[in-house]
Amino acid sequence: MVLGLGYNAMLVMVGAGLLGIAAGVTGTFLFLRKRALVGDAIAHATLPGIGLAFLLMVALGGDGRNLAVLLIGAAVTAALGLLCVHWISTKTRLSEDTAIGAVLSVFFGFGVMLLTVIQNVPSGRQAGLDGLLLGATAGMLYADAVLIAVGGAVALAASLALSRPMTMVAFDAGFAGISGVNVVRIDLATMGLVLMVTVVGLKIVGLILIVALLIIPPVAARFWTDHAMRVAILAGTMGGVSGVVGAGLSATAPDLPTGPIIVLVAFAAFLISLIMAPDRGVLAAWFRHRRFERRVHLRQGLLALGQGQPIYERFTLRLLQKAGLVRADGVATDRGVGAALDALRDEARWAIMRADPGFDTLVNRHDGLSPIDTLLTADQIAEIDTRLNGATP
Amino acid sequence: MSGQVFVALSLTPLLIGVLAAIACAVPGNFLLLRRQALIGDAISHVVLPGIVVAFLVTGRVSAWPMMLGAAAAAVVAVVLIEVIRRLGRIEPGAAMGVIFTAMFAGGVLLLEQSDTSNVHLDVEHALMGNLESLIWLDALGWTSLLDPRALAGLPPELTRLAVVTALVAVLTWLFWRPLKITTFDEGFAHGVGLPNTVIGLGLVILSAVAAVAAFDAVGSIIVIAMFICPPAAARLMTNRLETQVALSVLLAALSAILGYIFAGFGPLWLGFDNSVSAAGMIATVSGLMLLAAAIVGPHRRQT
Amino acid sequence: MAVTPLSVVPVVPASEDLAVYPLALRGLTVSYGQKPAIFSVDASFVPGQMTAIIGPNGAGKSTLLKAALGIITPLSGHVTVFGKALVDQRQRIAYVPQRASVDWDFPTRVIDVVLMGLYRELGLLGRIRRSHHDRAMACLTRVGMQDFATRQIGQLSGGQQQRVFLARALAQNADLYLLDEPFAGVDAATEKAIIAVLKDLRDAGRTIVAVHHDLATVAEYFDRALLLNVRRIAEGPVDQIVTPDLLERTYGGQLTMARMDPAQTAS
Repeated sequence: MVLGLGYNAMLVMVGAGLLGIAAGVTGTFLFLRKRALVGDAIAHATLPGIGLAFLLMVALGGDGRNLAVLLIGAAVTAALGLLCVHWISTKTRLSEDTAIGAVLSVFFGFGVMLLTVIQNVPSGRQAGLDGLLLGATAGMLYADAVLIAVGGAVALAASLALSRPMTMVAFDAGFAGISGVNVVRIDLATMGLVLMVTVVGLKIVGLILIVALLIIPPVAARFWTDHAMRVAILAGTMGGVSGVVGAGLSATAPDLPTGPIIVLVAFAAFLISLIMAPDRGVLAAWFRHRRFERRVHLRQGLLALGQGQPIYERFTLRLLQKAGLVRADGVATDRGVGAALDALRDEARWAIMRADPGFDTLVNRHDGLSPIDTLLTADQIAEIDTRLNGATP
Repeated sequence: MSGQVFVALSLTPLLIGVLAAIACAVPGNFLLLRRQALIGDAISHVVLPGIVVAFLVTGRVSAWPMMLGAAAAAVVAVVLIEVIRRLGRIEPGAAMGVIFTAMFAGGVLLLEQSDTSNVHLDVEHALMGNLESLIWLDALGWTSLLDPRALAGLPPELTRLAVVTALVAVLTWLFWRPLKITTFDEGFAHGVGLPNTVIGLGLVILSAVAAVAAFDAVGSIIVIAMFICPPAAARLMTNRLETQVALSVLLAALSAILGYIFAGFGPLWLGFDNSVSAAGMIATVSGLMLLAAAIVGPHRRQT
Repeated sequence: MAVTPLSVVPVVPASEDLAVYPLALRGLTVSYGQKPAIFSVDASFVPGQMTAIIGPNGAGKSTLLKAALGIITPLSGHVTVFGKALVDQRQRIAYVPQRASVDWDFPTRVIDVVLMGLYRELGLLGRIRRSHHDRAMACLTRVGMQDFATRQIGQLSGGQQQRVFLARALAQNADLYLLDEPFAGVDAATEKAIIAVLKDLRDAGRTIVAVHHDLATVAEYFDRALLLNVRRIAEGPVDQIVTPDLLERTYGGQLTMARMDPAQTAS
């Protein structure tokens, strides 16, 4: 399949793969710094830069189609947009999300206006600038494909080089600052990387969807691990695979726009992570919650039985009945009485342990719902029981 | 410009622009104060898949099913964002970014895959809108405003936006107190029995309806400017909610009018002979207003 | 083997009458994750009394109030307000959330916040008449904030914000007042003013329940106390409850920091 795609398509796939890795790694730090959508403002703010660069090239007598110059223009207004977000959110009472929304829509609006200007310029109609909105790799020039592949490689190298200090800042900015990392400079570098990924990705993914490559793989990776560096590695992998697979798929048929396909491949990886991840995944969480709910109800039911209190919850009664601890009329069976007394005794033991600083770690870590003999040695329990009996007449 | 030309070519786009701006700015105030400004961003992106799915289901481009589709897409998006945020313990911005980009990508793909060549539904139009094309061909001049036959030829977008803007106004008036109380203090609102979730979701649906209605005219991205810029500028000029909403309506209308005029005549004044995108210009003007408010607004800083 | 009861209060009889309590919780459990924030808490708040909820950080004090009000859905448990389900009794409750839970940058004035307390009376579109306005002003006067009625809320100090919240609760004219940390971060004058207003309410037969974190003032301010640390440790009149032994059972290892010799001053 790959061989049938031609040289350009291969280069695009390589570029998309490199870009995907770089975006996944860079996006992880953006995400861990809780600034995922800043990338959206940056991406949309590239449009006026593209338009202005084109008009400038035409004014200087060129045909305006030099991709490298267009991308430089994109980077300039994107940086300006980033500056605006920062300025609005620090100098006024408006929040950062408001600033992001305002900047992305206004810059984009201004860009759209420039596009209508360009349409009236001779050669403007053929400039293919709207391809930068959603990505268009069909019929791409060889030089452009090389530019993207090289750009992707550079972005990847830079993000790998910076990943250690970025991990430190993302994990704990305060601590990173104390250990001599210049937090402001690392944040700036992260933004620079985001800018670079965005600009390189314009031709492949397009400016509206490029932010997805910065957000989706890190969020998906986050479901599998709590470790920042592993999130970055996993996000890079998912981003890279999405890029290669998406670009490859899109090259096989005319009606498959590259950007959306890459995004949807990444989204599929996200969906799998959301549902299947072992600890944070939806399925795991749901089963865990059900189990926990049963344990709580059972425990509460036993305590109520032991103290002769009424049980108000039907679910609790049903669980007790199912476990053979109460009869259908709500009266405890012999086994139920035994279990209730056990539960009461454990509850009293826990109370002793909670008052004793020596047990702090155990008490803080544990939910206090399970039988104590699964957690402590017989000697420890005996010791607690002595105190228990001494404390109460 | 003669009355005839103005009424036929400029009156309806102007009105549509103004109504679209107002319909979005009003709910935008509450989104802003609830720190959900970017919900407007998410909504406007998912409008596209909603419309495309509605089109694929009904097989034709008709307004009300599409509006339903878009509102449904907005609800789906908000629910999914909430699910991801809670289950994955993911911050809201990232959860939003995942959902709206994926849904938008799905919308684009569906659009490219389905045969929409005979209907005017294309990605570029969806992104940028086309305010200038919403003209009133049957109008012969100001007298046409009283002529039922000419009025029947008004662009349907205008009627739709008028209905939606009226709906936004009535609902905001009716639910003013619950909106204000839940926005300010969720805990207290719950205590007096106000259903926060229902009101929050209602606001999102209303915003989605406004976004779809405005979408025809200005496209899905510029709608975001209308949700955010006028309310944000108004917020920097007053410390009272009532005044803020009134001001935002005024600023929204003003940016629509100025934007439309500058787009149509600005290039002529500068010696060029082609007009530029009115939607783009409206967003630009609203951005400049926000900039001005951020520099000189009397309440630009937190007290 | 000897079995100790879980608390010093006698076990509740099976045929108890919950209607005598303005607020009664039975077996209330709330969990945010895999560890209960509060577990199987029983509490009966006595009418016409001021009860403090006391416990260390993370003991679930605010959670208890929120679950009682239905703001958080409990995992299990039974809540009655004057013997009935919460939904029928909302008009009898006034809730004062933590001051820090709202955005004080919200564009509104002090008087507008107090008028929110009249929402149940005014409804969606009821006109705010002179009488409503006068009542709101009277509530502001009771907390000493009458001169601030037209101030923007963002200009208030922490103590003033807390007074405005109390004024809003007063406007609700409720029978049961639930306050979450009403003294957190307020100045001494405000603390005095708030406690005076609460005592007036109590003397008029209303029931007060407040989350409190200052052991030194519990005995002085409150009639009763509920000691909470995920589980209910004890509940009863302050002089029987705020004792070194029970506080140690509540605070565990944290007591050294929390203890300010309240028991000695109380007795």
